[in-house]
Amino acid sequence: MIPVPIAPAMPDAIFALTLALLLLAPLTIAGIALINTGLGRSRSAAQSLLGNLAIVAATAIVFAVVGAAWAGTAGFVDHSFQLAGKPWSWLGAGPLLLGGFSTATPQTQLALLFEFLAVALAALIPWGSGADRWRLTAGCASAAVLAAIVFPLLAHWVWGGGWLAQLGVNFGLGAGFQDAGGAATVHMLGGLSALAVVWIAGARTGKFPKEGFSTALPGHNAVYVLFGCLLALVGWLAWNVAGAVIWLHAPPAVLPVTAINTLLSASGALAATFTVTRVRFGKPDASMCANGWLAGLVASTACAGLITPGQALFVGLVTGIATPLLVELMELALSIDDPSGAISVHAVGGLLGLLAVGIFASQPGQLLAQLVGIATLLGVFLPLVYLLFRLLNRVAPFRVDPDGERIGMDLHELGGGAYPDFVIHRDESYR
Amino acid sequence: MKLAGLLVMPAGFFLTIGALVLFPAPAPRAAFVICGLAVEGLGLAVAVRGHMEARGESRL
Repeated sequence: MIPVPIAPAMPDAIFALTLALLLLAPLTIAGIALINTGLGRSRSAAQSLLGNLAIVAATAIVFAVVGAAWAGTAGFVDHSFQLAGKPWSWLGAGPLLLGGFSTATPQTQLALLFEFLAVALAALIPWGSGADRWRLTAGCASAAVLAAIVFPLLAHWVWGGGWLAQLGVNFGLGAGFQDAGGAATVHMLGGLSALAVVWIAGARTGKFPKEGFSTALPGHNAVYVLFGCLLALVGWLAWNVAGAVIWLHAPPAVLPVTAINTLLSASGALAATFTVTRVRFGKPDASMCANGWLAGLVASTACAGLITPGQALFVGLVTGIATPLLVELMELALSIDDPSGAISVHAVGGLLGLLAVGIFASQPGQLLAQLVGIATLLGVFLPLVYLLFRLLNRVAPFRVDPDGERIGMDLHELGGGAYPDFVIHRDESYR
Repeated sequence: MKLAGLLVMPAGFFLTIGALVLFPAPAPRAAFVICGLAVEGLGLAVAVRGHMEARGESRL
């Protein structure tokens, strides 16, 4: 077992505050679910929203059964090996089925609750990218794979006292890889999984015609998307503050500035995306602005508790400029059909946030620790997720058949649509 | 081609790990970590290129 710094005992008031914040944090999941649904087509809306619910359920069950044991907790038993005289902790070795959870310390219980929410959000992110063609069963199965294998591995390395968390102790790289809110474990992992899904499922029919540019297939409900963004803000404020308490052991004085940084990052990103789309298209683009806002929130996830408000605004501005350009690049130049923009928003937004932690850190070596973490995500987790999803695709095919795609996922998979037909009633009062 | 690109990416990761283990001095360690990231970037570029070629063929 690796000797890890023992977290200070948590006062009851801080425990109560953090628990309350974690009970608000699922609003992030609700916001992302609305955004995923709004950015898809109307004929797939019920399947999309049911898929969001089913994925949350699947991840919760699978993570409780095996994932939590492998994610482990800092300071508890783990699997490790020696390399170059240093211990490398690579997997947790906790009890299955949440054994011993009720007698764990308050800090451990909060950390586990945080991980339950984190794995659900990570698995929801690719669901939006596979909209209008990804089968419900395959979506749930892929969420189960993420919750059982991929997320626990990464969560142990980053949050469970694994080798990335120990880069500071073992190699003198700052405070080790820092990811207080899950920019790596949730958003980059989710964004890279979205890339794997898009590669495997392929583009929507008609998206890339034989001749000419790609076809625009706009989302069916901008109100869902924009309201989802507002809902996500509430969840994100709670999420980042709770993350700062649980993973950074931040004192109460740091918590208000963490919330302010979250808001500033999102605001800067929205302002930048609004300006970029207005300059490029003559008018601001609503769905692109939503993506910019979300990317600002994602970037804040890594760094909100560690930087100043001015730096948070700068991070948001950079993210907001990059997001619309990347969304366009993915679609027009790289032939990647990502309806929710999850790859640009979550993978790249998370990456920018993780880099910001290193760039604005005061400890020497922190930037290198962040780069090692990013290299791990790209070099291990993207190939791993792609391989696992390719294997899964053989058992549970990701893509719906062409007829199903034509009539819509609602009718094909659920047997009924999300919206009732318009019924015209005669208004008797005018007689 | 996509698989080839994805196979190159872990090579970049092992280069990064090698930098941590083999180079205690900050400058060469940082240089090798950046080289590892560059290799991963190349692998990703090859994988994306493979995806674009596959899409181009499916359009015909």
